[in-house]
Amino acid sequence: MMNATVKPSSLAEVASAGAGRIPSAGALGSGLETRGIHAWFGKNHVLSDINLDFAAGSVTALIGPSGCGKSTFIRTVNRMHEFIPGAAMAGEVLLDGKDIYAPGVDVTKIRLRIGMVFQKPNPFPSMTIGENVLSGLKLAQIKVSKKDDLLEECLERAGLWNEVKDRLDAFGGSLSGGQQQRLCIARSLAVRPEVLLMDEPCSALDPGSTLRIEDTIRELSDSMTIVIVTHNMQQAARVSDYTAFFLSEGGPGQMIEVAPTSEIFSRPKDERTENYVTGRFG
Amino acid sequence: MTIIPKPAKPWTSTPSARAKEITLFLGSILLTVIVVQVTAFKGKLAYFFIFFLLYALTTAIFQYSARGMAAAKDALVKAIVVLGAVVTVLPIASIIFTVASKGLPGIRPGLFTNDMSLATSTDPLTNGGLLHAITGTLTLVSISLFLSVPIGILTALYLTEIKGRFTNPIRFLVQAMSGVPSIVAGLFILSAVLYPITKSYSGFMGALALTILMIPTITRTSEEVLLLIPNELREAGVALGGTQWRTVAMIVLPAARSGLVTAMILGVARISGETAPLLLLTGGGDKVNPNPFSGSLGSLPYYIWKSFNAGSPEAITRAWAGLLVLLVVVLILFTLARLLTNQKMKARK
Repeated sequence: MMNATVKPSSLAEVASAGAGRIPSAGALGSGLETRGIHAWFGKNHVLSDINLDFAAGSVTALIGPSGCGKSTFIRTVNRMHEFIPGAAMAGEVLLDGKDIYAPGVDVTKIRLRIGMVFQKPNPFPSMTIGENVLSGLKLAQIKVSKKDDLLEECLERAGLWNEVKDRLDAFGGSLSGGQQQRLCIARSLAVRPEVLLMDEPCSALDPGSTLRIEDTIRELSDSMTIVIVTHNMQQAARVSDYTAFFLSEGGPGQMIEVAPTSEIFSRPKDERTENYVTGRFG
Repeated sequence: MTIIPKPAKPWTSTPSARAKEITLFLGSILLTVIVVQVTAFKGKLAYFFIFFLLYALTTAIFQYSARGMAAAKDALVKAIVVLGAVVTVLPIASIIFTVASKGLPGIRPGLFTNDMSLATSTDPLTNGGLLHAITGTLTLVSISLFLSVPIGILTALYLTEIKGRFTNPIRFLVQAMSGVPSIVAGLFILSAVLYPITKSYSGFMGALALTILMIPTITRTSEEVLLLIPNELREAGVALGGTQWRTVAMIVLPAARSGLVTAMILGVARISGETAPLLLLTGGGDKVNPNPFSGSLGSLPYYIWKSFNAGSPEAITRAWAGLLVLLVVVLILFTLARLLTNQKMKARK
């Protein structure tokens, strides 16, 4: 499945040359910790005992073969998992030390603080580009004084401003796929999340759009904590500080290993991780 | 310099092939006329079916000689499919043609400015008109829309968005409700509301019965439209911190807007010609009645029924004119709704 010609050394070079930095203490965004996360769909146990910490201001990539529970895991992190009928979970997700599954927690506030970008670009078809970006504020009934400034800032940070500044009144569906995905990123930024979860945000995009979004991710990591699910190991190596390897060996998905990205691609501790990142299986 | 070729469509038939096709078509017509003249088959239907048979046969034979058995079969099947489409359209075209030809003589300027309060159905056509019937039908349709659109769309939202414990029984009941005969809806309102409570005919009673008939149409069409809205949009709304209600109101309903308008049109089309409940409930007055809550209210179907019953040539002409007006009113409603949705679609692009 993976490109067999990718040598471990080349990925390790990318990883150490690119991000690879360990964020300093006091970076912006909020830290996130998961404690013993399990997930089920009906009786089907899909995720087992995930313990993973995301330091404030870090970029963490989740890699692993299809069906190993990466997407399910990030959906438990902002409480989108419960949106699927028959879903169940166990464990704790701590945002700044507080469990987001504790009784009495307002789930809409949690999703405001932990934003999400989906695999398929999904701009709202009935809204213009400008309305799409600001839709989160309307949905959550947040009042802002300088809407135009916020609009420009979000589109700028998502790397879309120059392409759409003259047609903010056009409908979101009129943009290309890559532009739509950046519009969705801008939309998530407008509510100023502390954590941004991205579920294979580039899987439907061409290499040019992918690179633009990777630039965006690196810029955003100055002010928020980012978790990105990806099947593209080059991408994980380019953008992430940490990489976690998930694997399902017949049973529920498990996290095999997490380490700074350069280590995962140069000297993984687990043989299964090495086999996967070198393209020997998966 | 490159030479830009002329744009061509090599897949369309050549002029000589077209000429052959036209010859076949005209030849079939000629043969049909001869067959009808010579044999015992007579009448419009004979022309239609004999022409059809001859054309299908000659085309098939021509195709067989030109390209073989497979092409002949292809031509025959094509002819049968066309026959199916024509047979479907024929009654509709015939209805429209008959209504237009018999109704037009009854269309006079006074028709739309007078009511029947000072005339009877058997009077000359210069007396009276159907203003009361048009305003009555519009009143009935408006009240029914006002009552059934919120109920229908909210029920559809319950079925598609809330998906509660009662989803399946409600879906079943709505489907069963769409099969309720209109006379039953009329008798229900008569026995449950008119006799025990209001004790008098009024437009509102008729509108209540029409609402019963309209709700299942609007609910089922709205449900189908809402099911077409991709789940990703709902997830995106919720993931941005919206409550379910705000996500539905801001994202799901606007995305389904044109489909919901279609649901309303289908609802109006379902009820605008309903007659049976109106006979029982509205009293069918002959005067323009601006108050739907008191006094009898005329309507186009009632006017048509009453005029046909009167039986004189003038009354029959009135009835046909009423039918024509009813058809045109429905057509105008359809066109308006289509235009409204199309404008929004254009604005979206």
